[in-house]
Amino acid sequence: MNTIETTTEEILQLAATHFKITRDKLHPDDDFFKTLGINSLQALGLLTRIEQHFHIELPDYELQGVSDFRTLAERIQSRL
Amino acid sequence: MKSFQGKTLSWRVEGGAIELSLDRAPCNEIGSATLAELEQFISALASLEGSAHALIISSAREEGFCAGADLRELYRAGQSLAPAKRLAGVRDFLERIHRVMNALDEAPLVTIAAVQGVTFGGGFELALACDLIVADKMARFCFPELRLGLIPGFGGIPRLKRDLGNALVRDLLLTGRSINADKALSAGLVSQVTAEGGALRAARATAAQVGKFDHETTIAAKRFIKPIPLEELRREIEIFCELFMRPAVEAGLRKFVESADVLPYLP
Repeated sequence: MNTIETTTEEILQLAATHFKITRDKLHPDDDFFKTLGINSLQALGLLTRIEQHFHIELPDYELQGVSDFRTLAERIQSRL
Repeated sequence: MKSFQGKTLSWRVEGGAIELSLDRAPCNEIGSATLAELEQFISALASLEGSAHALIISSAREEGFCAGADLRELYRAGQSLAPAKRLAGVRDFLERIHRVMNALDEAPLVTIAAVQGVTFGGGFELALACDLIVADKMARFCFPELRLGLIPGFGGIPRLKRDLGNALVRDLLLTGRSINADKALSAGLVSQVTAEGGALRAARATAAQVGKFDHETTIAAKRFIKPIPLEELRREIEIFCELFMRPAVEAGLRKFVESADVLPYLP
């Protein structure tokens, strides 16, 4: 099973690929809305990629109050 | 009118299928302009039916198929009205959109929704009025109405109950969460999942397939297996109107409209 560090790294890679930026621009404690300049609709696109990649279902209400990649990784980890 | 280009949608007949394409920024929200053009489409449908065996509804917006009712218009239109007039306006809108949805539901054509991205609320309801839903892998489906203190009002609950087991209907309605295309496929909501951007192509292939069969037989089969839940649809309008005037709804709409997020779709 993934460690939390592996999960975080995979999310950062997914976000970089999905939003077409280089991986080095993203860090675990970044606010993804601010760093990526996205709205909640675009965040749902990332959620879909995450669900497909990790083969999980992550109800979007679990993202309430989550705005950084590290906390997002914790939510995902709880579903693995 | 074999083709039409409006402000919110367009249609044309191509290869035996009517293609209705939604195109209103940001994500095909259904307000008065879209409703008027959908009504225009329904009026034209009788003259188009003879030249087609299928209807494909798709979206030209990358953001998604349709994000639902135009909540900003709903909120702003209601602000200047006395409560009784506000409610009358909502009821009128619901009755009109139900007539559109019912006409699509019972159309003597095989109807296919080709969806991508956000397919929420009224957009989900529009897809559910179709016989088949073909989704690309980035599609997401959601009934977010409870977040606003409302229930789906465009016919979604009776149509979803017609298609799915009750457990998932309760999950979607009571949690307001969105589900992805794979989940929708395994639940039997969606008949095909395609690569990103592939839903319209797959819908066209499906339309070509259904066009091989005798049209009268196809429509007889459709009418046999797809009853229109008219009584429940009428009841849905009543429940929606009962809920609409509650303070929670005004607060929910105001929160949506005043959100700094241009498209505030997370719960």
